[in-house]
Amino acid sequence: MIAELGHLLAFLALGAAVGQSVLGLTSGGEAARRLAVAGAIFAALSLLTLIISFVRLDFSVELVAAHSHSQKPLLYRIAGAWGNHEGSMLLWCVIMAGYGALAALTMREGKLRDRALGVQGLLTVGSFLYLLFVSSPFTRLADPPFDGAGLNPLLQDPAVALHPPFLYLGYVGMSFVFSLAAAGLINGEIDRDWARRTRPWALGAWSCLTIGIALGAIWAYYELGWGGWWFWDPVENASFMPWLVAAALVHSLIVTEKRGGMASWTVFLAVLAFCLSLLGTFLVRSGVLTSVHAFAVDPARGTILLIGLGLAGGAALALFAWRAPQLKAGPEFDPVSREGALVLNNLFLSVSAALVLVGTVTPMVLQWMGEAKLIAPEAASMSIGEPYFQLTLAPMVAFLLLFMPLAQAAPWRKAEMTPLLKWLLPSAIIAVLAALVALAMGGWGVFLGFGVLVGVWVIAGVAQDILRRAGAGGWRRILKLPLTVWGMAIAHIGMGVFVIGATVETAARTEQTFPLAQGQSAEMAGWSFEFQGVKIVDGPNYVATRADILATHDGRTELLQPEQRSYPVSEMGTTEVAIRKTLGGDVYVALGDQLRDQDGVWRIRIAHHPLIDWVFGGAALIAVGGFMSLAARLRRRSAANAEAPAAPTPEPAKPEAGVGASA
Amino acid sequence: MRKRSQRLWFIGAAGVLMAGAVTLGVIGLGGAVAFFQSPSDIASKGVETFKQNVRVGGLIEVGSQTHGEDGKLLQFRITDCKNTVPVVFDGIPPDMVVEGKGVVAEGKFDVHGTLVATRVLAKHDENYMPKEAYDSLKRAAESGGEQAMADGTMTCGDGSAT
Repeated sequence: MIAELGHLLAFLALGAAVGQSVLGLTSGGEAARRLAVAGAIFAALSLLTLIISFVRLDFSVELVAAHSHSQKPLLYRIAGAWGNHEGSMLLWCVIMAGYGALAALTMREGKLRDRALGVQGLLTVGSFLYLLFVSSPFTRLADPPFDGAGLNPLLQDPAVALHPPFLYLGYVGMSFVFSLAAAGLINGEIDRDWARRTRPWALGAWSCLTIGIALGAIWAYYELGWGGWWFWDPVENASFMPWLVAAALVHSLIVTEKRGGMASWTVFLAVLAFCLSLLGTFLVRSGVLTSVHAFAVDPARGTILLIGLGLAGGAALALFAWRAPQLKAGPEFDPVSREGALVLNNLFLSVSAALVLVGTVTPMVLQWMGEAKLIAPEAASMSIGEPYFQLTLAPMVAFLLLFMPLAQAAPWRKAEMTPLLKWLLPSAIIAVLAALVALAMGGWGVFLGFGVLVGVWVIAGVAQDILRRAGAGGWRRILKLPLTVWGMAIAHIGMGVFVIGATVETAARTEQTFPLAQGQSAEMAGWSFEFQGVKIVDGPNYVATRADILATHDGRTELLQPEQRSYPVSEMGTTEVAIRKTLGGDVYVALGDQLRDQDGVWRIRIAHHPLIDWVFGGAALIAVGGFMSLAARLRRRSAANAEAPAAPTPEPAKPEAGVGASA
Repeated sequence: MRKRSQRLWFIGAAGVLMAGAVTLGVIGLGGAVAFFQSPSDIASKGVETFKQNVRVGGLIEVGSQTHGEDGKLLQFRITDCKNTVPVVFDGIPPDMVVEGKGVVAEGKFDVHGTLVATRVLAKHDENYMPKEAYDSLKRAAESGGEQAMADGTMTCGDGSAT
C-alpha cells in the first residue's frame, strides 16, 4: 500500500503546484502561498514513503528491487532511495516544492512573492509531470524477487550519499532565483529591492552547490582508487558551469543592490544559472558521453529533459528580451571603482563558464553531427581533456585573484589606483616571496609558481583589508566587524587556499606502483613501506582482501590497511585506499592486483598528495563564507522586523532579505 | 563612463578574453583532444598514421592481462572481436577493468605499436559498457564479426572475448 500512497501524494503535490502557479500568476497570492506549503508537505511525505519502502526492503517496488538488497547497511538503504534516477528526480521535486514553501513562509507579502511563487509552481509542475509520467519511482512488480540487486558498491559511501542532496539543494535552489528573476521581469521591477530580496536565495543555493561539488570531489579522491579529485569530466563540468555563473551572480547582485546598476546583466545571470543547472541534469541523465559518472541511462528521458530546458530557458529569455530594454540603468561609475572591479569579476567568471561550456559540449555536438551524417564519422567522436581546461582557465583564475584584494578595498563610484597599489605592497612582497619558496621546493613550474603567487596575494590582501577596516580599534574591533565583511573575507581566503592547494597538489603529487612480496619494502616521499601480506576479511555485505603495510617515517611505525572489496550481490569490486594524513599532505596507499605469474606478489600503489586538504578546505571556506553572508542578511532582516513588526515597509534603506530568521 | 560605452567595453573585453583563451586552448588541444578509434580502424589505417592522442574502445581480451617484466605496468589487449590493440598502463586501473568487459583507453602509440595509455575508463555499472567500447564492437559486427548484442552491452560470439 505504501508505494500507492506515495504515488497518490505525488499527484496531490502536482495538483497543489498547478493551483500555486495559476493563483500566483493571477491574483490569489494568499491561496498560492498555502498551496505551496501544502504541496511541499505532500512531496516530502511522498519521498518519505519511498524511503520507508527502501528501509523495509519492499522488493515488490521495482525501484527497491533494482537498487537495494537485504544485506545493505541502513544508511545506504536510505541513501539508496535517491541513489538512482527515479528516486533522485523525486528528491529534485521535493526540494523544488520545498523552496517554494520556504519562500511562501518567509517572503514579504507583495507582487514579487506572488509572481515568484507562480513561476516556481510552473517549474514544480514540469518536474512532477516528468517524475510521474516518465520516471515514476512507485512502479510495482507483479512478480517481486526474493532479494534486490543492490546499490552500486561505489556509491555505498557517506560522502556520496550526501552528494546528491547538496547538489540538488544548489541546482534546484537556482530554480527559485530563476523564479524571482522571471517574477521581477513580469512585474517590470528589477531594482535595488529586488536584488536585496534575491541575493540570499542565490547565496544559499551557491553555497550548497559548492558543498555538493566538493563532496563529489572528495569521494572521487578516495573511492576511485587513483587519487584524482577532478577529471574535467563532462558531468563534473556540468556542475561547475552553474557554479561559475552563480558566483558571478552573487557578485553582480551586490552592484544591483547597493548601486542599482547592472540590473539587466544580473537578471540574465539569474536565468542562465538555472538553465545551466538543467543542462547539468540533462548531461548526467541522458548518457550522451562516456564518463566516469554515466550510470544506466535512457536517451528518451534525455530528450524530454532537453525539451524542458528549452521551454524554461526560451520562455525566460523571451521575457528578458521583452523587458530588459525598459529596465532602468544604474548610476554612472568610473572604471576604477568597486563597480568596475565587480564587472571584471563577472567578466572572468562568465568567460570561464563559456570556456568550460565550449570544452564540454563540443564533443557532443560533433558526435551529433556525425550521427546526422553532417561530418565524417572519424571526425565525430572525440574528447577534450585536461590540458584544454587547464590552459584556458588558469589565466582567468589568475586575473580573478589578482584583482580580488583591489576590489575588496576599492570604494564605490571612483577609486584611485596608485594609493591602492601602494597600500597593498606588503601583500605583493609576501606573495612573491611565497612563490619563490614554492618554486625552490617544488621545481620550476609556471602553474605552481603562479598559483602560489595569486593564492598568497589574495590571502594576504584580505588580511590587510580586515586590518584596515578594523582601523585603530585593534583586535576588539576586528571581532566586531560586520558578518558580511567576514563572509566575504572567509570566502575569498577560501578561494586563495583552494588555488594554492590545487596548483601544489597538481604540480607536486608523486605516485609509483611497487610489486611487493610478503616482507619486501618500498621507499617513497621519506616513508618506508613494508608489505606484510594480505588476509581475507568479511564485511557486512562484501568480502575484503586486506593488506597489512607497516609504514615507517621518522623512526615511528604504523599500520596501514588498504583493501580490495568484492560485493557478491552486484559482482563488483571497489578499492578502499589507506590514507595517512600529515601536515604537508596525504600518504595514499592502494592495493592493486596480484601478479598473474607470481603468486603472493601484489601491486601496491603509493602516492603522495601534498596540500590536498587545502583543496577541500578551501572549498569548505568558500561555502562557509557564503553561508555567513546569508546569515548576515537574515540577522539584519530580523532586526528590521523587530523595529517595525506590524508594517514591513518596502522602503529601500531598510535592509530586507527574502528568507526570514523565523523560518 | 556612459552606460553604453560601459557595455561596449564589457563586451569587447569579453571577446578579447575569450579569443585569447581559446587560442591558448587550441595550442593546448594537441594534447587535449583525442579522437575515438576502434581496433579495426587502427588495423586498416595502420598504427603509424596515429601520431596524436587516441581513444580506443572495445573489450579486454580474455587471457591478455599481464604485468610486464618488472610488475609495474598493466598490459592488456583491447579487442573488437576482429582486431586487437596492445595497451600498457602505468598504474592501477579502475576496479571495473576486467577481462572480457568493456574498456576505453586513451593515450599515444609508441614505436612498437603499443598504446601507452594515460587514462583507462570503464563504466561504473555491471550491466552497461562504455559507449565507445560498444560502438567498436558494433562497427566490427556490421562488417561481419560474430558478436552477441544485449541491452547496452556486447560480447564476442561465444560469450567470451577470445
